Amino acid sequence: MQEKLLQINNLSVSVEDKKILHGIDLEVNMGETHVIMGPNGAGKSTLGNALMGNPKYIVDGGDIIFDGESIVSLSADKRAAKGIYMSFQNPLEVPGVSLGNFIRSAMEHRTGKRIKLWDFKREMKQAMDILQMDESYAERDLNVGFSGGEKKKAEILQLLMLKPTLAILDETDSGLDVDAVRTVSKGVEEFRKDKKRSLIIITHSTRILESLNVDYTHIIVDGKIVETGDASLIEEINARGFEKYEQPDRREQ
Amino acid sequence: MREKTYVEDVNRSIYDIKNEDKDSYKLEEGLTTKIVEQISSEKNDPEWMREFRLKSLEIYNKLQVPDWGPSIEGLNMDEIVTYVRPNTHMSAKWSEVPEEIKETFERLGIPKAERESLAGVGAQYDSELVYHNVREEVAAQGVIYTDLESALRGEYAEMIKEHFMKLVPPTDHKFAALHGAVWSGGSFVYVPPGVSVEIPLQSYFRLNAPGAGQFEHTLIIVDEGAYLHFIEGCSAPKYNVANLHAGCVELFVGKNAKLRYSTIENWSKNMYNLNTKRAKVEEGGTIEWVSGSFGSHVSYLYPMSVLNGKGARSEFTGITFAGKGQNLDTGTKVVHNAPETTSFVNTRSISKGGGISTFRSSVVVTKNAPKSKSAVSCQSLMLDSESRSDTIPAMDIRTQDADIGHEAKIGRISDEAVFYLMSRGIPEEDAKALIVSGFADNVSKELPLEYAVEMNNLIRLEMIGSIG
Repeated sequence: MQEKLLQINNLSVSVEDKKILHGIDLEVNMGETHVIMGPNGAGKSTLGNALMGNPKYIVDGGDIIFDGESIVSLSADKRAAKGIYMSFQNPLEVPGVSLGNFIRSAMEHRTGKRIKLWDFKREMKQAMDILQMDESYAERDLNVGFSGGEKKKAEILQLLMLKPTLAILDETDSGLDVDAVRTVSKGVEEFRKDKKRSLIIITHSTRILESLNVDYTHIIVDGKIVETGDASLIEEINARGFEKYEQPDRREQ
Repeated sequence: MREKTYVEDVNRSIYDIKNEDKDSYKLEEGLTTKIVEQISSEKNDPEWMREFRLKSLEIYNKLQVPDWGPSIEGLNMDEIVTYVRPNTHMSAKWSEVPEEIKETFERLGIPKAERESLAGVGAQYDSELVYHNVREEVAAQGVIYTDLESALRGEYAEMIKEHFMKLVPPTDHKFAALHGAVWSGGSFVYVPPGVSVEIPLQSYFRLNAPGAGQFEHTLIIVDEGAYLHFIEGCSAPKYNVANLHAGCVELFVGKNAKLRYSTIENWSKNMYNLNTKRAKVEEGGTIEWVSGSFGSHVSYLYPMSVLNGKGARSEFTGITFAGKGQNLDTGTKVVHNAPETTSFVNTRSISKGGGISTFRSSVVVTKNAPKSKSAVSCQSLMLDSESRSDTIPAMDIRTQDADIGHEAKIGRISDEAVFYLMSRGIPEEDAKALIVSGFADNVSKELPLEYAVEMNNLIRLEMIGSIG
């Protein structure tokens, strides 16, 4: 494992023939927490999806180096196997597949080993306790009929179980009430207890960040990183918003 | 429960291993009076049955092939061998079944399932049963489970004559007439009043001979207040010539009785599956159909329930998976012909690789059936843009006082859902298989565990190689 975990070089990405990201450069070292902020439509989620390998997002140029290796040509499952995880903004519903069986199956794919049911259940219970999730959720179909908050908790549950080295949290706090944000934050803190793990938090609010130590903050506007700073940049955005970065003639996203 | 190793060891090849077709006795191809008479004398039919066969042949010759469903032009009756007798007699001991045939059933897991989870087993190979056995304690309850030929000559001869092709008369359609003329093999089950058969019976139909037809007849009578779960499995190795399956299933569910009839059909993809299944349910009785259709080139399959007594009930749970080169037209029919009868239909169909899956249903509520209830729900999933799914529901309601519901959903597999699962480290094929298995969950959870496992395994097999 390299000190320099992720290196994004001049990355350009388009979705359905529309160019969204225009030359993103970003480096994430092991154990760092990066926050990506920006107005709606700036390209934050596009960056997350491009990192995870969503085939809808086409890399037009540049490179993504993860753990010393270019991953742009790898499918999402191979990226996951290398240790990348993304918590989805809108987790998908998969009828007929229980949350518990799904997580176990994902863990077995990730490790290439069978996991004993007993060990799995014990670990799962610990993680669910942290997230204040009732154990019965393990038996329910993946995200089917889950409330917004339950879906996000289930995303963090998977994060805790799969133990990636780089987690991308895409708007994990959006649409959650104060209590749910607190619970989800607790899960993220638990993940960060291992100092080798890195985080990229995509958000347009700041609530989830209150309890986390942020190393860097990046502002994305119109598909470019327009400013990088430390945690204090978050306060500034909180106070003044993104206006100073936005061009008056900014094209509509 | 079968251990996991069994599950992992299963692969498509077990269905495809063909035994050399050498020692069997077979009649000439095609369909003539002479052939029907030969079958009849070969089987030592009672006189009424011989006449029934000849009458059915006459009807067959008069009827037209259906013009409303998938094309069956590739099926030439002059080339189908209607009767292939394996070189053995029926036995109640696997040790007496010829080695090669026994091995086939071993590979399909039948003797093992019999030891572990079934109350009785019938195994048909081409046109004849090669094995039939029922557990002593079940037989001691008075349950009859035997091949239809023995039943025709035994104690229950009158009962057979009274019921045989009364629910599905040869005049029903051309292939019912064909069945009446050349039927061979199949099972007869009688469950006496009040007897509950706690573990299932299973018949397995294996068609080995190339270019042959299988025409087994299953007749089940569940008497008043009795219960039975009957499982039917079918498979065949793939040949380059057309094979035909035109079986017939007639189920009589008595007053307050309950019958669950489960089928996992995995015919090879050169098979024309033109099968007819029908149940008649008396007052307070229940028929539950669980139907998985995976194989065959063309299928016409619509198990039908006639709810003939007050409060009778029908539940149909089905799944159809049409892959490359398959045109599967499946569904169900229900006739509500008594007050307060209920029917539930819940189906899933999947198509991929250019396969065509059509759901066809018919719900008829006669004027004799006030306060009846029917709910039909069908969902289709297309795995790519070259595949096709259609839904053709029909309803004919002749009473004001009925509660009828229908819902249909047709969709494509969601790329976002596939990406979601892949982002957790699950490879594309497995992700798709997981989504499809989940979609089929309504059926798999109705099946006994080992069959659910087999079904999920079939889905996985179908999904492999589907990634272009």
